[in-house]
Amino acid sequence: MPASWILLIIIALSVIGYFIAKQRALASGGGDRRVLHSLPKYYGTNAALAAAAPALLILGIWMILQPVVIDSIISSNLPEAVQADRGERSLAMADVQRIADGLDTAVSRGAMTADEAVDIRVGASNVRERLAEVGVALGSEVDANTLQMAQEYRALTSTGNIWRAIAVLVVALGGLAIAYMMTHKDFRARNSVERAILSLLIAAACVAILTTVGIVFSLIFNTHDFFSRYPAEDFFFGTRWEPSFSGRGGASDLGFLPLIWGTLFISLIALLVAVPLGLFSAIYLSEYASKPVRSIVKPLLEMLAGIPTIVYGLFALLTVGPLLLDVFGRDGVLGVNWMSGGTAAMTAGLVMGIMLIPFVSSLSDDIINAVPQAMRDGSFGLGATQSETLRQVILPAALPGIVGAILLAASRAIGETMIVVLGAGAAASLSLNPFEAMTTVTAKIVSQLTGDGEFNSPETLVAFALGMTLFVITLALNIVALWIVRRYREQYE
Amino acid sequence: MRDNFRAENDVTTNAVKIAARNVQVYYGETHAIKDVSVDIEDKTVTAFIGPSGCGKSTFLRCINRMNDTIDICRVEGDIRIDDEDIYDRRVDPVQLRAKVGMVFQKPNPFPKSIYDNVAYGPRIHGLSRNKSELDDIVERALKRAAIWNEVRDRLHAPGTGLSGGQQQRLCIARAVATEPEVLLMDEPCSALDPIATAQVEELIDELRQNYSVVIVTHSMQQAARVSQKTAFFHLGNLVEFGETDKIFTAPEDPRTESYITGRIG
Ligand SMILES: Nc1ncnc2c1ncn2[C@@H]1O[C@H](COP(=O)(O)OP(=O)(O)O)[C@@H](O)[C@H]1O
Ligand SMILES: [Mg+2]
Repeated sequence: MPASWILLIIIALSVIGYFIAKQRALASGGGDRRVLHSLPKYYGTNAALAAAAPALLILGIWMILQPVVIDSIISSNLPEAVQADRGERSLAMADVQRIADGLDTAVSRGAMTADEAVDIRVGASNVRERLAEVGVALGSEVDANTLQMAQEYRALTSTGNIWRAIAVLVVALGGLAIAYMMTHKDFRARNSVERAILSLLIAAACVAILTTVGIVFSLIFNTHDFFSRYPAEDFFFGTRWEPSFSGRGGASDLGFLPLIWGTLFISLIALLVAVPLGLFSAIYLSEYASKPVRSIVKPLLEMLAGIPTIVYGLFALLTVGPLLLDVFGRDGVLGVNWMSGGTAAMTAGLVMGIMLIPFVSSLSDDIINAVPQAMRDGSFGLGATQSETLRQVILPAALPGIVGAILLAASRAIGETMIVVLGAGAAASLSLNPFEAMTTVTAKIVSQLTGDGEFNSPETLVAFALGMTLFVITLALNIVALWIVRRYREQYE
Repeated sequence: MRDNFRAENDVTTNAVKIAARNVQVYYGETHAIKDVSVDIEDKTVTAFIGPSGCGKSTFLRCINRMNDTIDICRVEGDIRIDDEDIYDRRVDPVQLRAKVGMVFQKPNPFPKSIYDNVAYGPRIHGLSRNKSELDDIVERALKRAAIWNEVRDRLHAPGTGLSGGQQQRLCIARAVATEPEVLLMDEPCSALDPIATAQVEELIDELRQNYSVVIVTHSMQQAARVSQKTAFFHLGNLVEFGETDKIFTAPEDPRTESYITGRIG
């Protein structure tokens, strides 16, 4: 029975449970709702939850675990040599899966009978052609072993699905029955619904946390895998980034330094643009601007934050790059020939800086506004001008918070991808010239993974090591920044 | 009403320091101060009393033009200090505030050291030529604010680390360090405990030797203890102004009497 049917049945049971439990509760109170402990709808909800929640939980877990279990059972039939290598094993299992899916499709289209799909053998008929007839294209001839494994896979899956339906429906009915039996005028349905809601909320929080943990672990495992194929010191201290894509295991230089250099260089340019502009506009908005001006300018500035970064990337590629080239390029206005192409660290840095302005300004604005009015009054009361007050009282008081804001902006800059992909070029270089093409960690993660490589060569796995390193750097920056901002908030509470 | 205080003026001995005539203050549409005229004398403590929201702070803030920092606030009428119209266009409000110091309800030391708090005004206005002169100014101000002995060995500790009463006296020191001629105090003791209040009151009495002090207070006892003149505000009007003793013993206006005896709150 397909999962969608099971789902429908659970919902139906749950709705039925709602009404019969409500009915029973009313009946147990002799039709007088005032003698019930809870409102009738709570008894109904309680039964509905009892029918649906555990059943759905089991269904979910089953759907996650069944493929894993079947996978491990089937793959034990693979030759020893294939099993040992993670990459080959996953390739072989992908083949098995594809054939199994193909057989499913064939059966559902009527091109094969169900029995035929189970019994078909390589010698007797050409499986590849039969599957091609129903639109399932296979890359190579099907060998006997793989076909058999695919058939076994199908058999296991269908048995699993039957047991899944049975287990889930039993649980749903059981839950419904228990809740129905418990429904009585003295039963505290309201409290039990309350507890159920609490656990629902906790479950939601857990999903979010577990997902994060899962992401981190997958990063860690794959990073570990990478370092087992490529020496860590060559990665961290290598000064050349020259991945080879021709052959697996060919000599690639996967040095991290040029990438992190590009990242930091471009981020620095971005911050040099964003911090003064953002900070000054925050100061203007919070200290000088009149209400009407503020109410127009602030949303406008924050609108910048809503522009997708790919649009900034286009802006870098099509507008800022050529513009810079016109000024600093060979035939440029200055005639200096510092720049040979539109894509350069400067291009990406400038545009990224513009992107970060609202980020810096709106955080700084909040922080400057959090400096109590009493500080300003005190300073004005002593005959200080607005800019004296600003420089000597407000900014020093707000400084830790502003530093926090800048660090947050820095971690945004370091993690930014699209603007770099489009604006900075693709060549990894350890150059000091901001008008030269550079590339960053994030941009290289993209380029290592866009392609059809399997995840079993250092050239692709390096993406995880890069991601992990970046994650650690931005995490550290964020923690420091949040710590500073929090400490600053406490100062005035 | 104005006739009342004209009569009072006749019996005073000190020169008039601040003369306000027909002052109106509006916050947007709200008419917060209605046609107030008053003469505040030099070397005298003048108390403003009245129920909350009657405009005491608003009027006080007119005297050093702190109301200029509020967008929606509009001041009309005429206020003169030493016969000079402070709302004249030639007067720089920033300069004026150096001459008319202010102490606020809640102690508001800057998040700087005690020394830097007191030196803030003198530094801005260039009152000292060198470090040792500045040291002298700071020391003198702290002594006048009766807090020198408590902080002399921790001048470089943060001002925010002091107790509430010490902070308020630090703020007074900060205000007197710029050598003002008038000192405005907006409920300077309302955030303080009785002991700190007594210290600040004592201080106010001493400050009278050199300054014209205007103090807003919610405590009638405090007004009676520290002031020579009292002004009673009610709903934006100056109801009665005169010798403190007289206001508290024989008020002329029935509203003053109800307030003093606790019937308007
Ligand atoms: N910044 C402001 N904006 C608008 N209205 C204000 C402002 N400050 C005071 N007011 C109004 O002016 C009136 C007088 O206030 P205030 O001078 O603070 O009274 P008091 O100090 O006597 O308690 C009150 O009605 C108050 O609501
Ligand atoms: Mg007030």
